[in-house]
Amino acid sequence: MLQIKDLHASIEGKEILKGVNLTVNPGEVHAIMGPNGSGKSTLSNVLTGHPAYTVTGGEVTFGGKDLLALSPEDRAHEGLFLSFQYPVEIPGVSMVNFMRAAINEKRKYFGQDPLSASDFLKLMREKRAIVELDNKLASRAVNEGFSGGEKKRNEIFQMAMLEPKLSILDETDSGLDIDALRIVASGVNTLKSEDNATIVITHYQRLLDYIKPDFVHVLYKGRIVMSAGPELALELEEKGYDWIKAQIDNE
Amino acid sequence: MNALRQYIDLFNDNRKVIEAGSPAVLNAQRDAALAALHGARLPRKGSEDYEATDLEAVFAPDYGMNLTRIAFGGDATESFRCDVPNMSTCLYTCFNDVIVPGPNAMRNAGGMVVETFKEAATRHPEVLARYGSLAQFDDPTVALNTLLAQDGLLVYVPRGVVAERPLQLVNIFNTTQPLMAVRRVLVVLEDGASARMLVCDHTQSKDVNFLSSQVVEIIAGEDSTFDYYDLEESTPLTHRVSTIYARQARGSNVLIDGITLTNGFTRNNYRVTVDGEHAETTLLGMTVAGDEQHVDTHTLISHNAGLCRSNEMFKYVLGDKAVGAFAGKILIKEGCPRVEAYQGNRNLCASPQARMYTKPQLEIYTDDVKASHGTTIGQLDQEALYYMRTRGISEAEAQRLLMQAFMSDVIDGVRLDVLRDRLHYLVEKRFNGTLASCSSCAEACMVKG
Repeated sequence: MLQIKDLHASIEGKEILKGVNLTVNPGEVHAIMGPNGSGKSTLSNVLTGHPAYTVTGGEVTFGGKDLLALSPEDRAHEGLFLSFQYPVEIPGVSMVNFMRAAINEKRKYFGQDPLSASDFLKLMREKRAIVELDNKLASRAVNEGFSGGEKKRNEIFQMAMLEPKLSILDETDSGLDIDALRIVASGVNTLKSEDNATIVITHYQRLLDYIKPDFVHVLYKGRIVMSAGPELALELEEKGYDWIKAQIDNE
Repeated sequence: MNALRQYIDLFNDNRKVIEAGSPAVLNAQRDAALAALHGARLPRKGSEDYEATDLEAVFAPDYGMNLTRIAFGGDATESFRCDVPNMSTCLYTCFNDVIVPGPNAMRNAGGMVVETFKEAATRHPEVLARYGSLAQFDDPTVALNTLLAQDGLLVYVPRGVVAERPLQLVNIFNTTQPLMAVRRVLVVLEDGASARMLVCDHTQSKDVNFLSSQVVEIIAGEDSTFDYYDLEESTPLTHRVSTIYARQARGSNVLIDGITLTNGFTRNNYRVTVDGEHAETTLLGMTVAGDEQHVDTHTLISHNAGLCRSNEMFKYVLGDKAVGAFAGKILIKEGCPRVEAYQGNRNLCASPQARMYTKPQLEIYTDDVKASHGTTIGQLDQEALYYMRTRGISEAEAQRLLMQAFMSDVIDGVRLDVLRDRLHYLVEKRFNGTLASCSSCAEACMVKG
């Protein structure tokens, strides 16, 4: 589904990603962990096409297409989704108008007619239930005045609406209390299928208790320096990153 | 070269004709107006309060004038449907510069008196006598308007009358020859009266040069309430110089909202004087400009009494090579305690060539007041754009949604439900390009025949 080969990327002339390799297949859950500043958020932003980042080398294919050649909106249409670490507040744009635009542009991309108003609202209602998102939030401006937990639930709600093939959850657990974490994680698990895949970026084992990864990777200094099964996350939780840092820095 | 000269000459040559077609109360002002214009000059670009706007150039062309009061052919109300339809059956149309009442206008006025100045001269002379009581000749465009005005619309709301239906005045330009229209409105609200008014400026002849000189005087009595919405949807060749004066007595509540969706050149002046305590003033403005549209707003709110509130917010979205200007002053005179006055001017430049000039000013001579001003000029929020694009919303659509969102609070400030909903729709059309100029909005205008 996703093949990243020797990906290099920089922002404002500073190289952050220095040769990332990663393959994700349908049905898999990958966790990417790593110390602060190792490039985790950069990787998710480069994959979704943030204009501030420049790809300086390597290639990424997604569903057989050259992902890096696509605009951010076309990447979304092709089935890529990023749950933001810091979801953006958009005053004046209602969740309903925002979601309707997103859904209908995707339909347009695939040559389908726009969803009727009643079908759209029905879909909203159905998907809202997955993350127990209050109807009041859905009628407000995008993320405006939402609590930290509500913002993250809203991200998963959008994911449910857009039904992506590959979801990247960028520190979705940050700023969540236990209850919200459980709701968000169960939302993600509900949406999981054999045909889609998830990349979970996190600092902590905590989230991985709820969203079980098949693979755990450690990103450090812009490279994936270690990959293993779920047991690696437990080991990191216990021992921290210092032993990996020492190992890599000695090389 | 002095553009005023040709108008003064025109007046001197045709004074008899002009005065013959006008009520006496209008003629009584002309000598003072003429004296004020003696030696005056129209401001050029760069002069005080005209940093971006050249009025001399706007008045320089030789526009024709309808001095002999020809009633322009056709029934305007039949040939034109405004962009804000079904709002009111109390509809008056100013066809170029001739005012025509709609079919049921009189019946639906609901206690309001709406008359042309000519009608008012015989029916309500004591009210019409207040014509010119607010207009100031320190502004040569106001003196010129007074020098040449031959008719206008009087809106008189007697004591305690609450007019339920809003009054709508549609100004239309439609001739084959360049024309200057001298338009005039006088609104008198007696104590406790309440009314709402929507003025729509349209231009039907898109290839013809027009100049509209407009002066509006609003006299708000004690505890009266008045909303004045001013919506311009004209053409690149339409030039508009408008000054709205309002004087508020104790406890009155006045809202003035100036909206420019399509235009050529526009200068809007607002002069609000608050004379009594507990009065409330709301001044709103919204401009969407593209191409080479030019919209310049100048406001002055003078607080002459304590315990008043004023709230002012003007928003601009400028694209292409549009030029916007805003200069706003709040003046709180000595001995006006506990006034609260807020001014905001927020602007989005959506293209690198668009230009915004802004100048907020506070002048305060009383200690115990709250006053603030805030001005921003910015671009669209790049993070919000990116966020929307990651959800599959195209860049163009995301920009449109953000620009519309930017305007939503000034639209929501409209206190007339029908107009508010309609404005959301019109602004959406404006941003998605289907209201790019009046010439392309035939669908909305429904010009028949």
